[in-house]
Amino acid sequence: MDVIIDSLPQYWDGFLRTLFLAAVSGIIALVAGTLLAAARVSPVAALRGFSMAYVEVVRNTPLTIAFFFAAVVLPRLGVTFQQFEVAAIIALSAYTAAFIAEAVRSGVNSVPVGQAEAARSIGMKFGQVLSLIILPQALRTVIPPMINILIALVKNSSVAGAFYVLELFGYGKQLANDHGDAVMWVLVGVAFFYLLITVPLGYLAHQVERKVAIAR
Amino acid sequence: MFARFLLMTTQLPGDALVSLNAVNKHYGQLHVLKDINLQVRKGEVVVVIGPSGSGKSTLCRAINRLETIDDGDIAIDGKRLPEEGKELARLRADVGMVFQSFNLFAHKTILENVTLGPIKVKGVSKAEADKEAMALLERVGVGHQAPKLPAQLSGGQQQRVAIARALAMKPKVMLFDEPTSALDPEMINEVLDVMIQLAKEGMTMIVVTHEMGFARKAADRVVFMADGQIVEDDTPEEFFTKPKSSRAKDFLSKLLTH
Repeated sequence: MDVIIDSLPQYWDGFLRTLFLAAVSGIIALVAGTLLAAARVSPVAALRGFSMAYVEVVRNTPLTIAFFFAAVVLPRLGVTFQQFEVAAIIALSAYTAAFIAEAVRSGVNSVPVGQAEAARSIGMKFGQVLSLIILPQALRTVIPPMINILIALVKNSSVAGAFYVLELFGYGKQLANDHGDAVMWVLVGVAFFYLLITVPLGYLAHQVERKVAIAR
Repeated sequence: MFARFLLMTTQLPGDALVSLNAVNKHYGQLHVLKDINLQVRKGEVVVVIGPSGSGKSTLCRAINRLETIDDGDIAIDGKRLPEEGKELARLRADVGMVFQSFNLFAHKTILENVTLGPIKVKGVSKAEADKEAMALLERVGVGHQAPKLPAQLSGGQQQRVAIARALAMKPKVMLFDEPTSALDPEMINEVLDVMIQLAKEGMTMIVVTHEMGFARKAADRVVFMADGQIVEDDTPEEFFTKPKSSRAKDFLSKLLTH
């Protein structure tokens, strides 16, 4: 137990870094995922095709591949980073966006087709129908799966620890090395700090879901 | 640019506000609209009746291109319906549509349902749109429901809001696609009363309905459809008392015996 108390500064620093990674990647993924979903239902065939291909490829390959791509392949193509965090954020948001896109798409499908017809019949263009009528309703219905994805994102950010990013899990590895006799407690500490992010996230989701639910 | 504009809005002959010429549509093997010709003049109220599956809803929805057609052409106020895009959106703003299932925007208040079109499509200021929307809601008798959400209203009230939403765009013609078919019997009249009032005020209306009372009271013409064809097109008086086709006679006899 003592190891947790003694290492609180490291834990706290790791906690903040994980929070930062997850928050930035989460926001980027939400925006990119929603755009991908919009592309998937757009009248332009090329956009639909791109979105579908992206989601299929990214969703069906391991996260580690995304990390390798961002941390190893991109620099070789001339895209270099000062910090590994940037590569981690690229990998995490690119990966998570595919899942967000699928969740949003299922939400779009759950909005009755009459809503879009009514919007079109008063003269709205495709972009307006989507942004004013369909997405606001779709996003409300997909809050629970969306939060699941974000919780997975928080946990997935631990992969960054294997790519020289010092976040919660990275610190955990270090501490485990330094305190070989108390590995179990080190990991309990790591788990506790992950829970500190993910449990409130689930609670928040529940509150938001109750607040924005729409009756039909 | 101007020449292109002229090309896109080629004037068609006749003074019809809504004009369908040789319109055909298939759903796969099913020929749902067979060579439909229909002209509706300004201020006319045309009621479309017929057995279910006769294509009357498809006809109504084709007029603002919620259904595409295979061939023939449809024109509103002399302008041929354009392909999907900005031009079509502009034309649709001139055609009010009322659906069987109301289709009020579920996440918007009653007032917002009515003001959204004027604000977002026509660029009317919020204050102006609110004022006009309240006047319309009062007119259809649901003014006091303005801050509520659609799900809090009865079906009849929702449908009257849907009429107000369409009217807020100041349309040239109103399409009603079975507006009372999803309503409980005691709510049908409150919607029909609004429609009758609208007809009296000179609105051009195309109404797909099973309400024969409305057809007798408010229609200038009754169009009877069966199997994707227009079988009769006559005044309500003529149609209900002296139907010419056996198909119409059969349809009317079934209605009257129940």
